[in-house]
Amino acid sequence: MSKILEVKDLNVSFHTYAGEVKAVRGISFHLEKGETLALVGESGCGKTVSAKAILRLLKEPPAEIKPNSQILFNGEDVLKMDKKRLISFRGEDVSMIFQDPMTSLNPTMTVGKQIMEALRIHKKMSKKEAEAEAIRLLELVNIPNAKARVKAYPHELSGGMRQRVMIAIALSCNPKILIADEPTTALDVTIQAQIMDLLNELKQKFNTAIILVTHDLGVVANFADRIQVMYAGSIVETGTKNEIFYNSQHPYTWALLNSVPRLDTKSKEELYSLGGTPPDLILPLVGCPFASRCEYAMEICLEQRPSETVLSDTHKVVCWLQHPYAPKVDRPKSLGGGING
Amino acid sequence: MGNENLIEVVDLKKYFQVGKKAILKAVDGVSFNIKRGETLGLVGESGCGKTTCGRTILGIYKATDGHVFFDGRDVHSMNREEKLKFKKRAQIIFQDPYASLDPRMTIGDIIGEGMDVHLKLSHQEKKDRIEDLLRKVGLTSEHRSRFPHELSGGQRQRIGIARALAVEPEFIMCDEPISALDVSIQAQIVNLLIKLQREMGLTYLFISHDLSMVKHISDRVGVMYLGSMVELASNEVLYEKPLHPYTQALISAIPIPDPEVEGSRNRIKLEGEVPSPINPPEGCKFRQRCAYAKSVCSEAAPKLKEVDKDHFVACHLF
Repeated sequence: MSKILEVKDLNVSFHTYAGEVKAVRGISFHLEKGETLALVGESGCGKTVSAKAILRLLKEPPAEIKPNSQILFNGEDVLKMDKKRLISFRGEDVSMIFQDPMTSLNPTMTVGKQIMEALRIHKKMSKKEAEAEAIRLLELVNIPNAKARVKAYPHELSGGMRQRVMIAIALSCNPKILIADEPTTALDVTIQAQIMDLLNELKQKFNTAIILVTHDLGVVANFADRIQVMYAGSIVETGTKNEIFYNSQHPYTWALLNSVPRLDTKSKEELYSLGGTPPDLILPLVGCPFASRCEYAMEICLEQRPSETVLSDTHKVVCWLQHPYAPKVDRPKSLGGGING
Repeated sequence: MGNENLIEVVDLKKYFQVGKKAILKAVDGVSFNIKRGETLGLVGESGCGKTTCGRTILGIYKATDGHVFFDGRDVHSMNREEKLKFKKRAQIIFQDPYASLDPRMTIGDIIGEGMDVHLKLSHQEKKDRIEDLLRKVGLTSEHRSRFPHELSGGQRQRIGIARALAVEPEFIMCDEPISALDVSIQAQIVNLLIKLQREMGLTYLFISHDLSMVKHISDRVGVMYLGSMVELASNEVLYEKPLHPYTQALISAIPIPDPEVEGSRNRIKLEGEVPSPINPPEGCKFRQRCAYAKSVCSEAAPKLKEVDKDHFVACHLF
């Protein structure tokens, strides 16, 4: 497998009246051809900001991508692209599906026009060709009666349909990477299942790599190949799906996995809950960002940032518990899986 | 008194006039009971009428037809004085903790407002009670003078809970109290609700589209589809032996956060989407998406009947 996208030491800040908010703090990761990488974490942890930074969709200012950051698409630095290259980069190479299908479509344009827009700009199609292609795309995303729906306005479609239209737009130029930012959060479970099946089917058909931004661990369990857990702008643990679900080592990952009730377990017990709230990203962070909420926190956690420990080729964790002098901590039993290996 | 049901809902209907001719049947003949001290979960997809049902029970909406009995009294034919008493006993927690707190009132005023109407306390008693409530929901007395914008989503939802508790209610309708919150905060709020129920003997109607959370908190669960109750059973039975094809599909659509379990599950796929509640299909409203639909399904709407002890299903298959 080859790396199609490589992010190195990405730092993103927002300049606000209250001060500089360091939303993303030096994250590095890569994406391989045809794989699905999930970014999980709570709101405000920097998932969406990282995703938008890849497409250079953040408004600068107030946002600032720090100069030492690198985002390499097939070896080409996205941060050094000129305006013209960026236009072709967005859509043809990488495209994005947004969270809220209700607000991300233009209410004054028919959905057909919105799909055709991309085709005419990127693929220089004539109006006729573009319309035929738009119908084909709507059929591809399983919209019934596509010929008539091309002329529909977004308000005439349901939430699930609108998200299908978003996917059709995103796929119109055969991108190599698809960034899906909470694609199903606004949808009901049965529709969510339909949309995720569709994404999976399309991924297999076109071998598109997907970055899935989500907070829903159930969706992740079903669709991701690798998982990256983010907290307060940093990646705290990354690994394959099985490594994260069955052998995670970071207390925050444990807390995330434990705090969701599962349909297949007994109920009415107290849910594991994490006290406190994530740190304020305006304030300088000393030590591990999770230390104040971590039940295993040691003195060192409050003073110094932990470094990355490599557990396997794919599994990395940033936590002081991995240090040889640290006390041995067992994974919570409720999570199952092996301990330390 | 002496009745084990705190709330009895009998053939409740709530229609909304949409435009000149169309009528939206948001709640279309729903009957169920809520026992004292239990949590009844109400689930279904958006637009199925669960919130409208809850609000009609509380008398926020006038019922088009049917009755709601609270402790034996019909909520919709109470006089002013009775209604005031009813409002003290039945409270609500709203979905959106950002929109449901007045941004210009301090937390103390928000929690104290209901006390002024219902409890008639002295200044000092009121202050003590507010601080007591704040501690009960996991905040501190210094939050009393703060404003909602100074608090996080989870903290605001705690204020919403304290406000509901302020008038010593017996029944609280929780309308999607956690869906606007992050996963780790959801667990905190649900734990708090369970703890308060144990301490104060509260009765909950817990409305949510999150089936796993509903399973966790409820004693019995009702499933709604397009304004009708399609299945009602105890928690364990509903999730382990769902009978209605819609319940089965709904439960199988929830992803389980465990890759191995996910890999081996058989998913029941539902085709299409929920039809419009303005012109729902004749007969069984689910029949167009149902894999088992027979000719009888298009002729008559199935009635909710008891197929097993305390297990009710509205389907022609049973």
